[in-house]
Amino acid sequence: MNIHEYQAKQIFAKYGVPTPKGIMVESVPAAVKAAEELGGPVWVVKAQIHAGGRGLGGGVKLAKSLEEVRALSEEILGMTLVTHQTDAAGKLVQKLYIEDGADIKAEYYLSVVLDRKLEMPSIVASTEGGMNIEDVAENTPEKIIKVPVDPAIGFQGFHGRELAFGLGITDKAEQKNIINFAKKLFKVYTENDAEMIEINPLIRNGNGEFLALDGKMGFDNSALGRHPDIEAMRDLSEEDADEVEAAKYGLSYVALDGEIGCMVNGAGLAMGTMDTINHMGGTPANFLDVGGSANAETVAKGFEIILRNPNVKAIFVNIFGGIVRCDRIANGIIEATKLTDVNVPVIVRLDGTNAPEASEILKKANIANLIVGDDLADGAAKAVAAAKGN
Amino acid sequence: MSILVNKDTKVIVQGFTGKEGSFHAEQCLAYGTKIVGGVTPNKGGQTHLDKPVFNTVAEAVKTTGATVSMIFVPPAFVGDAVMEAAEAGIELAVIITEGAPVKDMQMAKAHATKHGMKTLGPNCPGIITAEECKIGIMPGMIFKKGNVGLISKSGTLTYEGANQVCKEGFGISTAVGIGGDPIIGLSYLQLLPMFEADPETECIVLIGEIGGDLEIQAAAYIKDHITKPVVAFIAGQTAPKGKTMGHAGAIVSGSAGTAAEKMAALEAAGATVVVSPAEIGQAVTKAMAKK
Repeated sequence: MNIHEYQAKQIFAKYGVPTPKGIMVESVPAAVKAAEELGGPVWVVKAQIHAGGRGLGGGVKLAKSLEEVRALSEEILGMTLVTHQTDAAGKLVQKLYIEDGADIKAEYYLSVVLDRKLEMPSIVASTEGGMNIEDVAENTPEKIIKVPVDPAIGFQGFHGRELAFGLGITDKAEQKNIINFAKKLFKVYTENDAEMIEINPLIRNGNGEFLALDGKMGFDNSALGRHPDIEAMRDLSEEDADEVEAAKYGLSYVALDGEIGCMVNGAGLAMGTMDTINHMGGTPANFLDVGGSANAETVAKGFEIILRNPNVKAIFVNIFGGIVRCDRIANGIIEATKLTDVNVPVIVRLDGTNAPEASEILKKANIANLIVGDDLADGAAKAVAAAKGN
Repeated sequence: MSILVNKDTKVIVQGFTGKEGSFHAEQCLAYGTKIVGGVTPNKGGQTHLDKPVFNTVAEAVKTTGATVSMIFVPPAFVGDAVMEAAEAGIELAVIITEGAPVKDMQMAKAHATKHGMKTLGPNCPGIITAEECKIGIMPGMIFKKGNVGLISKSGTLTYEGANQVCKEGFGISTAVGIGGDPIIGLSYLQLLPMFEADPETECIVLIGEIGGDLEIQAAAYIKDHITKPVVAFIAGQTAPKGKTMGHAGAIVSGSAGTAAEKMAALEAAGATVVVSPAEIGQAVTKAMAKK
């Protein structure tokens, strides 16, 4: 789960991680009022969406008067921002963050992420602040420093020194400031079960203080249960509505831009099914893992969500029944066709536990549009042919 | 022969009396697995599925001599359960539970390593030595005894792969589901040498997916150390960037962890890389014929 910049900064503030002062608003008059309250003389008007690259997309602008705050708020609020991290349709800006302008002497990059190889969190930093960090990693990897921190010992002094020297910070007061900043940020990471925190840019001001000018946070979904305060920050309007609805039914769904809807049990087989369709000359319209507890209701919901996509020309149901019995899935499909108007060919491949019984059930039901696939290759081939109208 | 578990392996179940634990323990018993008891706090002294229930893993190990624990406790308690097993002297913890917090697994795995305990999972189907011992939730009937070892991040792809291998007339020595979480226990790097050393295993099927770089590490190991033929499939060639595909660890971040880079590394290491899981069976047949 991801949150907005203004929410990340609320969490930072709780832990004493310095940020410029700011106020989240949802209307133009509120934006002006917020600017008055902050005092100025310079403000930054920032679009709040769950995607990076907002500045380049025109969603972050500097205002030097209250009039400019008003004009920029009018411009940005309600605009659709397209950045390298959104899809082509972009994201509607519904919230703004009005922030004090900062006195920027230097820009850095700072993040805390899980290093999967080392199996512990790692602080990643660079002097190349404000840049796309992936480009920095690609072009000048020597400018990126990584300081892994074993959670069993926590953030120690040497971690801080490694970071400060790595960033070339020589002033003693500044060293102390960056070490304190990183120490607090690491605490934010571990205590909130964050998946990642990214600050780009982290800035140093004229007083040698470090401030988070931006803030991006993502959380481990498996740990949200113990952080109700963070779960309350979830902004569903920033997430794909179909994915959210699917999740309510225990379905894991991701929309793609192809023509063949997929309904599969298990994430690996679901990806493997997409790959097989692609290999046979078709294009998958979605990833859908029905999970281990699929029943008539969830199968029906799966069909409904898949069919909302107007590009879908056929659906391939690919189930390898383990503990899940295929006869139950077959009955689920029959129920689903009663609950939802399935107007495209449905290719069904059921293998594993009780597969012969399942194919009997499907034959007897005599559903129009239903084609049986013998195995993964046969089912995928039939789905590709059906999508092409053959 | 086989790897890690066989007909003599003594197994306990943590979360024994819960719904999932009960159901799957019963299935494992029916398969022939030597389940010697289970652990559910405050139910010690009772009998469940005709096996003794203990309050702690330490007690269970002391009384039964179990070396493997199959863990079904709810996600929030997985870390605790793994660390308890490690301190009680369990040699291998098979963690089936899905949705354990990453931070908990980090701590638990580090603790397990300190105590010399191997872990498998979490969020995995478990391990099965065909016709001898099933510790997990896989459908036992599709695993016929044979000479193909299988390692997979995905449960249903394990079944798909094993089923194809068996339909081609071969069978499975041991199949291991390692799980697709960001932090997992035993992985390719530890399991490949075990299969290489196992006289019963003649061919290895490796099933991976997008995210992380375990498959890249595996490729490097295969190149230098594995003499047996390897057939590999990487799921997620058509997965979009930056989206989690069902498994928490299955995500392409930036340009890292793509199927293409993993397939290329495995191919360069001498493995037979198939582009669809539907081709695993045929590829194994070809690999076995060449031997």
